[in-house]
Amino acid sequence: MAEYTQPRVEIVPNLCKACQRCVDVCKPGVIETNLENAFNELGYQWLVYKGEGCTGCGACFYACPEPGAIIVFKRTKAEEDVAGNGKAPK
Amino acid sequence: MAKDILQKPGAFFDQFDRKGGAQKTTHYCPGCGHGNAHKLIAEAIDDMGLQDRAVFVSPVGCSVFAYYYFDMGNIQAAHGRAPAVGTGVKRTRPNSIVISYQGDGDLASIGSAEILHAANRGEQMAVFFINNAIYGMTGGQMAATSLIGQKTTTSPYGRTVENEGYPMQMAEIMATLRAPVFVQRCHLADSKGIMDTRKAVRKAIKNQAEGKGFSFVEILSPCPTGWKMSTHDACEYIKTNMLPIFPAKVFKDESETREPFFREIPTLTDEQVIKALELGMLGEPQPRDEKFLKNFTTMKYKFAGFGGQGVLTAGVILAATAMQENLQVSWIPSYGPEMRGGTANCSVVLSKDPIGSPLVVKPDVLAVMNDPSLDTFENDLKPGGLLIVNSSIIARKTKRTDIDTLYIPLTDIASKMGLTAAANMVLLGAYLEYTKLLPLEHLKLIAPRGLKRKELADKNVEAVEAGAKWVRENITAKKTKAPAPVA
Repeated sequence: MAEYTQPRVEIVPNLCKACQRCVDVCKPGVIETNLENAFNELGYQWLVYKGEGCTGCGACFYACPEPGAIIVFKRTKAEEDVAGNGKAPK
Repeated sequence: MAKDILQKPGAFFDQFDRKGGAQKTTHYCPGCGHGNAHKLIAEAIDDMGLQDRAVFVSPVGCSVFAYYYFDMGNIQAAHGRAPAVGTGVKRTRPNSIVISYQGDGDLASIGSAEILHAANRGEQMAVFFINNAIYGMTGGQMAATSLIGQKTTTSPYGRTVENEGYPMQMAEIMATLRAPVFVQRCHLADSKGIMDTRKAVRKAIKNQAEGKGFSFVEILSPCPTGWKMSTHDACEYIKTNMLPIFPAKVFKDESETREPFFREIPTLTDEQVIKALELGMLGEPQPRDEKFLKNFTTMKYKFAGFGGQGVLTAGVILAATAMQENLQVSWIPSYGPEMRGGTANCSVVLSKDPIGSPLVVKPDVLAVMNDPSLDTFENDLKPGGLLIVNSSIIARKTKRTDIDTLYIPLTDIASKMGLTAAANMVLLGAYLEYTKLLPLEHLKLIAPRGLKRKELADKNVEAVEAGAKWVRENITAKKTKAPAPVA
């Protein structure tokens, strides 16, 4: 059995417009406004991943209107020979 | 295809540089559905490996700058004309994947004719119709798709049926046409809607890649700025207010049953062109020598008369004859909507150099076939110019004294030959005999080309000769020397 890291989501701070659409669609509710309530280069209070609980479903990726702002790592595998079935490992 | 990492699709540019400075994002407002739709299209193009074949037609509207984002072929079309531009691209480059992307102001209002006819022709393209029920870019005016009761800057008390009619349901309209292969409406309000949209986008692009025909995907998209709502409320607005009027469903899907078809690029061989233009059916006159071209001064003509007297044809034939001598020519007509009667005139320019404007304000030669034409243009003729008057119809003489005038009974000469309509040929024959500007023989060869009724070709050539004969008998014989061409 290959080893996986936990699914996670990354939000690029300076591409985020803080529209909250990812927050709306995130079932486990693991995206929030950055803790310092700081503003990015665009003048928005960008959103961040809480750090745990992401299931890698990709809902936030498709809900995010900014093409490069969200990256979802569904299953990052230690070895390359595992066929993906799209489901994140528990 | 399951992917391990969901990230910016490769069909986008790596960096969006439009705004310069630190801003490397799209220009869309926070929460705008355009970004989602862009992402789904780019992802589909990417996954299907069509990036090198894709041509994205940007509309006018918020998405006008799509060419800053999509790393593929890009054209920005005039307002509402994306399907027409897409038609041109697809027909001339059948291997391309044409993506016509339009908003509701673009597609359902100003471009409603283009989209209907492109759909009806079954053009091989994928049309993505972003419907946000408002004119987003211009600041939230009412659109054809605005809902009943919806308050916009141009419907501050809400849209009413009595005043503005019902919201235009484009997907339903598209589905009534026979040609479209796939018509679906979907929305971007929640995850399920987005994933339905994703499927529809992929199907539309796949249909095109397989040559199935015209696909139409209407996407209900939030416009938080235009609707003056939070992103969350905008998505709720789609679900509670828009979906009842614009139901999200598949209206038509013949993707499985349609036979693929591919249009051929229309091409013409040289032979076909020559045949279509009726060139080469006569012997080609030899071009004049360089000396002739060098000494040629630009000549401007105005031929005027009743519609039906052949003044436009006279201009065409004179220009065609001059073209055979390697001169540059232009011809531009001016006439009313009547096919018979009314007044008509045409301007002809002959020059050894390229012609800047085909308009003739001060002609060197004015030929008038009826009274109103003489009245209208008499004073425009250049001093020292040549005026040819059809004295069969025009009884009066010119008031000008600084010009050379020929009074020729053009209509009488033509009638005597049995073809009154050939008065224009009499005119040309007389003119060339009088000035020797171009060889009369060449005119006789060219003349039949300008005629729709070829059986009358001989009569027209006869008319040319009759005009020349009249000049020889009535003018040349009386003068000591032939007049030089008018400068």
